[in-house]
Amino acid sequence: MTACDQIVTVTVGRQLFGLPIARVQDVFKLHRITPVPLAAEHVAGIVNLRGRLITVIDLRRRLAMAGNNADAGMAVGIEYGGESYGLMVDAVGDVVSLDGTSAEPVPVNLDARLKDVASAVHRLPAGLLVMLDVERLLDLKASEWAA
Amino acid sequence: MDELLRDFLVEAHESLDTVDTELVRFEQEPNNAESLALIFRLVHTVKGTCGFLGLPRLAALAHAAESLMGKFRDGMPVTSDAVTLILATLDRIKDILAELERHQSEPQGSDSDLIAQLDGMAQQPAADTSATPMEAAALTATQTQESKAAGHSIRVNVDTLEHLMTVVSELVLTRNQLVDLSRHRQEPALQVPLQRLSQVTAELQDSVMRARMQPIGQAWQKLPRLVRDLSAELGKPIDFEMQGADTELDRQVLDLIKDPITHMVRNAADHGIERPAERRAAGKPEKARIRIAARHESGYLVVEIADDGRGLDRAKIAAKALSRGLVTQADLARMSDAQIQRFILVPGMSTASTVTSLSGRGVGMDVVQTNIGRIGGAITLHSVQGHGCTIAIRIPLTLAIISALIVEAAGERFALPQACVMELVRVRPGGEHRIEYIKAAPILRLRNRLLPLIHLRSLLRLGEDSARQSESGFVIVTRVGAEMFGIVVDSVFHAEDIVVKPLASMLRHIPAFSGATILGDGAAIMILNADGIATAFGSSPVADTDAVISGDETAAVALKPKTSLLVFRAGEGTRCAVPLSLVTRIEEVEASAITPSGDRYLVQYRGGLMPLIKADADMRIKDSGRQPLIVFSDGERTMGLLVDAIIDIVDAHLDGAIADARPGVLGSAIVNGETTDLIDIAHYMPLFSDTRSAA
Repeated sequence: MTACDQIVTVTVGRQLFGLPIARVQDVFKLHRITPVPLAAEHVAGIVNLRGRLITVIDLRRRLAMAGNNADAGMAVGIEYGGESYGLMVDAVGDVVSLDGTSAEPVPVNLDARLKDVASAVHRLPAGLLVMLDVERLLDLKASEWAA
Repeated sequence: MDELLRDFLVEAHESLDTVDTELVRFEQEPNNAESLALIFRLVHTVKGTCGFLGLPRLAALAHAAESLMGKFRDGMPVTSDAVTLILATLDRIKDILAELERHQSEPQGSDSDLIAQLDGMAQQPAADTSATPMEAAALTATQTQESKAAGHSIRVNVDTLEHLMTVVSELVLTRNQLVDLSRHRQEPALQVPLQRLSQVTAELQDSVMRARMQPIGQAWQKLPRLVRDLSAELGKPIDFEMQGADTELDRQVLDLIKDPITHMVRNAADHGIERPAERRAAGKPEKARIRIAARHESGYLVVEIADDGRGLDRAKIAAKALSRGLVTQADLARMSDAQIQRFILVPGMSTASTVTSLSGRGVGMDVVQTNIGRIGGAITLHSVQGHGCTIAIRIPLTLAIISALIVEAAGERFALPQACVMELVRVRPGGEHRIEYIKAAPILRLRNRLLPLIHLRSLLRLGEDSARQSESGFVIVTRVGAEMFGIVVDSVFHAEDIVVKPLASMLRHIPAFSGATILGDGAAIMILNADGIATAFGSSPVADTDAVISGDETAAVALKPKTSLLVFRAGEGTRCAVPLSLVTRIEEVEASAITPSGDRYLVQYRGGLMPLIKADADMRIKDSGRQPLIVFSDGERTMGLLVDAIIDIVDAHLDGAIADARPGVLGSAIVNGETTDLIDIAHYMPLFSDTRSAA
């Protein structure tokens, strides 16, 4: 991570997460998700976003967070390996700039499924923010095992 | 990169591939003046352009090769050595071209070795100058034909074509949306222009599709050379024949089938064809044949790869499937040759006993099957032991836009490609067509045959897993290869032209789906893969029982889904159970009809003698009245298990089963709140192995 990074903050189950802004394509409201039978548990389904097909990942399930998803979920669009994914979250916050000084290594006692995809934890006035590693989040093999 | 250089590279690659093919043909037909003229002209063009672009190494090589070929034209006999040398020269030219593409300049190095050999061969005195001289007329004829074609075609970048296709796809989607909207709103003024739009869109779609069509021969271009090299390396003389090379298909599909086809041809040469001595012993001509043929068949392209080699070895495949735990001996006995042959399409089933440098590298027919299945194609095998094997692949002509039937199961919609739909049958209880069950397997009587059915709802595990499915709906009669089956859905809407979108890699492992699409109403839905659904037959129900019959304790413990069990009582001990799927029949016989014979019992049953065994050594057989028994059969053998009473049929999870060391008992599990012994039928069956001769 460079000295000053812009990140998009999202919340899932009252926990604050960060995604590098360079990886975020767009933010959209989810409606009419078509579930995909037999898919991994964390795949919420597919959705038509202005003629593009997007695979929606249920971030709550992917990160093994507690609680239920909000009715009108928001999603963060991410391009990975030439494919379009949407990360389903409870809410999308602001774009914030972080410098390296607030970053801490990932605590060892984090839930394994969370620890696998976290790249750092930031101390923010509002609380702790977990930076997510998009590659590891969407890596097919890793996610298959987690499921 | 320099425009001129890029054009040269594209052209040179194409020319050299053609030269490869033509040379191999020329070697077999040395009098084919047309072929030689073509080779000569292509090499000459490459040489000319090299000189022009200042590429001395390439020019020198091409010149030397041209000189030698010039001698052929003058009547020098065509020898295999000479052709090999020219092919080697072409390979060197290709290497240099590859370097040229990377670094934009010719690599350092010397080709004096090849040039000296080429020159040496060209210097040899022509032994037979009376060979048919080149007919100049033929040369000029082909040239004029070529130049006429050139005036009517232009080179278009593949990306441009792809983009055009994407745009047309979007247009089709928008058109579908408009049509959908107008269906709900009766606006007469809209009807005419909408119809026109529909027509124009269809025409445009058709034209763009046609622009993307390419002859399949492009995917075969390297095959004659491949077979020639293999033939030399393996010491097997092979005649290679190609038919229907001008059959056209979408270039995207073409790219995807190139590797599978190459793999299958290689397999045929390496594994299919026997050594010459072996062929002689079998009374076959020493020179083997491999034939590849393509043709159009009702919206599909069919490619057949046939060899006259040893064919698939049923016994070997069966043994391998057995050792890999894919089937049981009992299953094998019931299976047809065709069913057993299909095991070669399952991962890890390579039966090649030795791994050669050519095939057997861990990738086999299963990869071919996966690749073909992914594009909605199917593989059929036809093999006669000792006489050869024919593998046919059936693939859609295009992947981009297909006609599909929109169906519904458990409230979810899915698209099923029309091409695999044979007919639709409406089913309802008491109706003309209704779903019948043999044990748990749904069956439909369709004219003179029985059609195995699968409920889409249960296949995709949609909704609650109700034991009995709704009996009304539609059966979609589907054909994959030679197999026919029915898919049961709740309702069928309409047919729609859909734009196939690839699935994210995260979803690609699900065999039931081949892609996704967006409907006219904006919904995203999944596209069903009939080929993938076909694999669900046989494999999933058998897999469960396998674990039980195999007698492997760990497997019994690892049983996942619910299993139907027949629960019975025998002797004083705990209740016993066997998987219902293994039971052939539940019977009652007159106790007086049972006669002891040594340490076992016999009963007259359906015109023969059936051996019986007590489920518990301590149980007593009734003196009078009716004695219950459970009949099992594996292929031809039938046996009866004597029990005190049949209790129930239950669906139970066997997750918590504990393995057991007692003979004949797999383990124990809690079934309906009671400890129950799971009986190992595999233990009892062999006890009767000698009864067939006795009976």
